[in-house]
Amino acid sequence: MTLQKVRNVLGNYFFILPAFLLFSIFSLYPYFNMFYLSVTNWDGISSSVTHVGLENFKDIFSDNAVFWLAMKNAGIITFLALTVQNFLALILAFLCDRDIKGGNIYRVIFYLPPVLSGIVVALIWNWIYDGNYGLLNHFLAMIGLGDLSRAWTSDPKTALFAVAVIHMWKGFGWGFVILLAGLQSIPRDLYEAARVDGASGWVVFKNITAPLMIPVFILVSILTILGTMQIFDIIYATTGGGPGYHTEVPITRIYAMMIGSSKFGYACAMGVIFGAVLLIISMIQIRVSKMMRQV
Amino acid sequence: MSDREEAFQALAKQFENETKIKVRFELYAPSEIYSQRIKASAQTNTLPDIYGILGEKRDFASFIKSGYVADLTEELNRQEDGAAWKDSLFQKALSVNEFLPGNEYGVAPGIYGVPIDVTTIQMVYNKRFYREAGLDPEAPPQTWEEFLAHCRILKQRGVPRFVSGFGEIWLIDALASNWAMNLMGEEKVFRTYEGKVSYTDPDWVRLFSVFHQMVSEDILVPGAVTMVNKTAEQTFANERAAYAFNGSWCVNVYKGMNPGLQYAAMLPPKITNAHSMKIWGGAGGSFMVNNQSYRRTNAIRFLRWLTKDKQQAFLATETENLPSNKNSLKQIPPILMQFADDMDNVVHPNTYPVHELPAVTEAFDKGIQSILIGEATPEQVAAEVQRIKEKESKKK
Repeated sequence: MTLQKVRNVLGNYFFILPAFLLFSIFSLYPYFNMFYLSVTNWDGISSSVTHVGLENFKDIFSDNAVFWLAMKNAGIITFLALTVQNFLALILAFLCDRDIKGGNIYRVIFYLPPVLSGIVVALIWNWIYDGNYGLLNHFLAMIGLGDLSRAWTSDPKTALFAVAVIHMWKGFGWGFVILLAGLQSIPRDLYEAARVDGASGWVVFKNITAPLMIPVFILVSILTILGTMQIFDIIYATTGGGPGYHTEVPITRIYAMMIGSSKFGYACAMGVIFGAVLLIISMIQIRVSKMMRQV
Repeated sequence: MSDREEAFQALAKQFENETKIKVRFELYAPSEIYSQRIKASAQTNTLPDIYGILGEKRDFASFIKSGYVADLTEELNRQEDGAAWKDSLFQKALSVNEFLPGNEYGVAPGIYGVPIDVTTIQMVYNKRFYREAGLDPEAPPQTWEEFLAHCRILKQRGVPRFVSGFGEIWLIDALASNWAMNLMGEEKVFRTYEGKVSYTDPDWVRLFSVFHQMVSEDILVPGAVTMVNKTAEQTFANERAAYAFNGSWCVNVYKGMNPGLQYAAMLPPKITNAHSMKIWGGAGGSFMVNNQSYRRTNAIRFLRWLTKDKQQAFLATETENLPSNKNSLKQIPPILMQFADDMDNVVHPNTYPVHELPAVTEAFDKGIQSILIGEATPEQVAAEVQRIKEKESKKK
C-alpha cells in the first residue's frame, strides 16, 4: 500500500472518528454496561458490586409473573396500535392523499398529538376519563348511557384499554405522515392507466397501492411495535401501572425495580430480556417483509 | 420541595449577606427525578455540598457505606451558646436520620442528616360538609364505626366521602401500617417483617378487611385507586370529597388551591382500642452533607444557621410547613398546629428496627389496590403477600 493510500484510509477513519466516539460513549458503552450490570446485584448507589451470575435472569424467567404479565399488557396495547391505530392512520392518509380542500390543515392537525408531551396528553385524558367529573362520563350521561359511567383508568375491566386509547390517539399521527408520504410516492400514471383499463377502486388498491406500500407498511409496523412496547410516560401519568398490575408494562416494571426497590442489576437483566424480545420481533418482521417482497 | 424555592433563595441571600458565603439552591420536581440525579451524581463524584436522600432507609445506608455522607453526630452534640444543636430540633425528626448501634444495615452508629422541616401524615375533613350534614364540625370520627356512620350520613346528602392518592402506593402503605399498628401493635408488625408472624394471621386479614369495607360501604371516591396525590389534593381542595389522607404539606397546597377551604386535621379512625393510633411522620425534608466536599465545614455552618429559630420561623411562615426547630412552633398557623399536636403519635419507617422486603411491600400495597377494585378478597391478598414473603426471604 502506498503512502498516499494509507493517508486516504486514515483520513477516512479520521472523519468518522467523532461520530464513532459519540456512538461509543452514548450507545455502545451503556449497552455493554447494562449487560455487565445485569449479572450483578448492584443497588444503583454502592461503589462496589457483587456478581450473581445468571441469578437475575433465572428469577425473571422462572419466578417473576408480574414482568411477563407486563409484557402481555404491552403486547395487547401493541396489537391494538398495530390494527386500530394504523388502520385509522391509513384511512386518514387516503383521504388526505386526494386533493381535498384544506388538506394541509388536516395534515397539521393530525400531526399535532405526536408532538405533544406524553405527560401533557395523559393529564388531559385523565380529565376526560375522570370518574366523577370526566368529560367522557358527562357525554355518556347526555346520550342516555350514564350506566356505562365509571372511573375509566381505575376499573380493571377498562384501565388497559383506556391507556391504549390514549396511546393510539397520541401515536396515529406518526403512521399517518409516513403512510401519506408512501402514498404520494406512488406514480400517478399507474392509477391513470388502471382507470383507463376500467379497474375498480378495490382492484387499484389491491394491485397497485398495497404492493407498492408494503415497505411502508413494514416500516410503520416496526416503528409501532418498537414504540408501543416501550410505552411508559402515558401509563406513568395516568395509572402508575395500577390498579393492581392491570396496566403494568415492561418499562414501568424496570423503572419500579430501579427506583422503588433499588435493584439496579435486576432491572438491567429485565432490560436485557426486553431488548432481546424487541430484537427478535424486529428480525421476524424484517424476514417476513423480505418474503413478501419476493412474492 | 420546589414550592419552597422563593423562601430558600431568600434565606440563601440572607446567609450570604451575613457570612459572605455564597449558597446556590437547586430544586427539582418530581421527586423521582431528583432521586435519580443524586444517585447519578454519587456515581460521578459530583454530589453537591448539601443534598437530600429520598427513598428508603436502605438507600440512605448505601450512601453512607459508600462514603458519600458525613457523620454529623459530633456537630449536633457540640455546645454553642450553652446548648447543643440537636437540642433545638425535634427528636423524632432527628431520629429519622439516625443509625443506632447494631442496625440491620451495618452502618456505624450516628446521625447523618439534619431535618429542615417536619411532617405528619394523617387525615383531614371538610368542616362545611360536616355542618351542612348536621354533624359537629369540631367532632371528627374517632373510631372506625363512627367514621362509617358519618360516611353514611354524608352519602345520603350526596357528598363524596374519602379521597387519597392511592395511585402512589406509598400512601396505601402509610395508611395500612397506621391501622396495622393500631390493630396489633408495633411489636407484632415488626415480628411480621422479621418473618416470625404470617401475613395470614387474623389481625392482618382484619386489616385487609378494613379496605374491603371501604369498597362495600362505597367510601372511596371513584378513581382514587390510580389517582396521584396531586389530583387527590385538588379533589379535596375543590370540595369534592369530605375526607382526605394526606401529609401536613397539604396546608400550603390547599391554601394555594382554595384559600377559603374550611377543614381540620384528624387522626385516622381507630379500628380497635387495643393499641394507640400511630401515624407516619418525623422529618419531612432532611439535608445531608457531602463527606467528600472540601466545603464541608461551611456546609455544616449553613445547616446550623438554617435550623436556628429565626430561619425556621421564616420557613414555616413562608411555606406553611412544620419547622424542625421546636422553638419556632409558636409562630405557625392554627391548622398547622393541629398537625403538630399529633407528633406524639408519630412513627417513621426509617426509625423501625426492622424493615419489610421491597417486593413484599409492593405485593402488600398492590394487594390492597386489588381489594379496592373488588378483584381480590382479604384472605387472597393475605395468602399472596405471605407467598411473596416466603419466596423473597429465601433469597436473602
